[in-house]
Amino acid sequence: MICKQKNLKFIWLVMLLSLVGMFFVSLYGGRYFIPPGEVGEILSARLRGGAQDSIAGSVVWNLRLPRTLLNVLVGAGLAIAGASYQGIFKNPLVSPDVLGVSSGAAFGAAFGILLSGVNQFATVLALIFGILSVFMTYSLSKLRGESSTLSLVLSGMIISAVFSALISLIKYVADPYDKLPAITYWLMGSFSNASYSNLKLVGVPILVGIVGLLLLRWRINILSLGDEEAYSLGINPVRTRLVIIAMATFVTASCVTVTGVIGWVGLVIPHICRMLVGEDHKNLLPASCIVGAIFMIIVDIIARSATAAEIPIGILTALVGAPFFALLFKTSKGDWQ
Amino acid sequence: MILEVKHGYFGYPKDKNLLQDICFTLGEKEIMTILGQNGIGKTTILKCVTGILKWRQGQTLINGKSMDSSRKALNQIPIGYVPQAHPLSFPYTVRELVTMGRARHIGVFSVPSGKDKKIADQAIDEVGIRSIRDKLCTQLSGGQLQLVFIARALAGEPKVLVLDEPESHLDFRNQFLIIKLIMRLVRERGLSCIINTHYPEHALRLSDTTLLLGQNSYLFGKTKEIITEKRVEEYFEINVKILPVLYQGEEINAFVVLDSI
Repeated sequence: MICKQKNLKFIWLVMLLSLVGMFFVSLYGGRYFIPPGEVGEILSARLRGGAQDSIAGSVVWNLRLPRTLLNVLVGAGLAIAGASYQGIFKNPLVSPDVLGVSSGAAFGAAFGILLSGVNQFATVLALIFGILSVFMTYSLSKLRGESSTLSLVLSGMIISAVFSALISLIKYVADPYDKLPAITYWLMGSFSNASYSNLKLVGVPILVGIVGLLLLRWRINILSLGDEEAYSLGINPVRTRLVIIAMATFVTASCVTVTGVIGWVGLVIPHICRMLVGEDHKNLLPASCIVGAIFMIIVDIIARSATAAEIPIGILTALVGAPFFALLFKTSKGDWQ
Repeated sequence: MILEVKHGYFGYPKDKNLLQDICFTLGEKEIMTILGQNGIGKTTILKCVTGILKWRQGQTLINGKSMDSSRKALNQIPIGYVPQAHPLSFPYTVRELVTMGRARHIGVFSVPSGKDKKIADQAIDEVGIRSIRDKLCTQLSGGQLQLVFIARALAGEPKVLVLDEPESHLDFRNQFLIIKLIMRLVRERGLSCIINTHYPEHALRLSDTTLLLGQNSYLFGKTKEIITEKRVEEYFEINVKILPVLYQGEEINAFVVLDSI
């Protein structure tokens, strides 16, 4: 792996520049093309408080900017949550939905849509059920009297299965002309209802979670060695692990809440980052944030501009992520035990 | 006396009375070995001593202070634990893994400082693995990995080093190198050591005291008095002869198994 100090600095620089670059590409790219120069004018005018009433201005400021900001937050959030989960569960194949977060949140959203259509109520319900599902997973794993990784993962599978069944039930009873398409569309993931109000709703929890995970990033190294070794190095792993799980879950649930289920990001991005900056979570977590954000911006540009109708982004991340993961699997030469 | 175990009891759900009334003391710059058959509880003793497992009854005292009641005691005189070499979940580099030995000195929200990295590098030099420090731990041989684990324990600046069968799975040259290294660390760093071993001749060669662990009893005392032909026969159910070999003024003991094959 690349670990030379000089190379590492270069890689960080490239990653940051790509993020900034893609952010601006996302503002002027799309079905409604706006020249880069005009985007700059619109942004500076808006920031100075002078609101222009042009279509371009409204597209950039009210549609693309909140959407791109949400891309950044959700991409970074899902990727860092994935990297953290992989570290503390000592398994590079774990993804943010192992503990049932995604299926719990998805059930909450589907239930909300069933009751009252697509609105804030469904969003809040998604967040509540996302967190509730992890809480249930954790309580279930405690039933065996120990909080081992294996019992947590198994409990997560059980809770996920229950919520998946409930989602099917909701789809079965939902109005096939009105609510069923809405639910199905939501389950495939999309940034189409990005807005400043949504950004406000989940921006703070996602940011708090990301910052918390970044602060704890070196401790994840110790937890990844297993409980016995953590104890032997003078660290009590139980409480730290709980805090990390709580934060990663909070981030994932918040992301799923506004965008629906977007798979593969939390699994694939940390692996790309391992190849770039190495295994140390001190570098891996920040790198995952940046690359996750870049990835999400790019995929969302494709989702909204490839065809006249928007493609659900969950489909694209899976179509890009799965082959890429297959490639990684082939080239990694068994570095993972 | 730096470490003392007082009336330690421990058991697992399946084997409730694995360890009963374990008492021993470890002095400064002393090496203690623990001998016994497979599955008799050697590793469990080490885990209880280092605080990985909790004694069901009894306690470990560090410098006279109970380890459970004050974590301070453990931080003032840290115990470095060297597990048996085992595969890792993630391919960390040697340097990254050794730096993790600093964990107890690094705050929850911090990352290793320059000083931590320097101490880790010193530990790497001390065990002589500088040439492999940027390699991935998953690509190392068993002997190299064992040295990495020792370096990691040293990075925590321990006063007591606890090693679980450090020479197992190694060829006899590497076994000897590890033993030499341990002797040097005790001499130069003033460490005290507790070592699990399967080799009575290693125990005779390097340790001051020995704990011989049996099914329902154990013996603790000076190594020369504990490891005798009679005792080995009693605790290992095998007939042996200890043959002293005189070489350059030093008496080295060889073990010969007498049982017919």
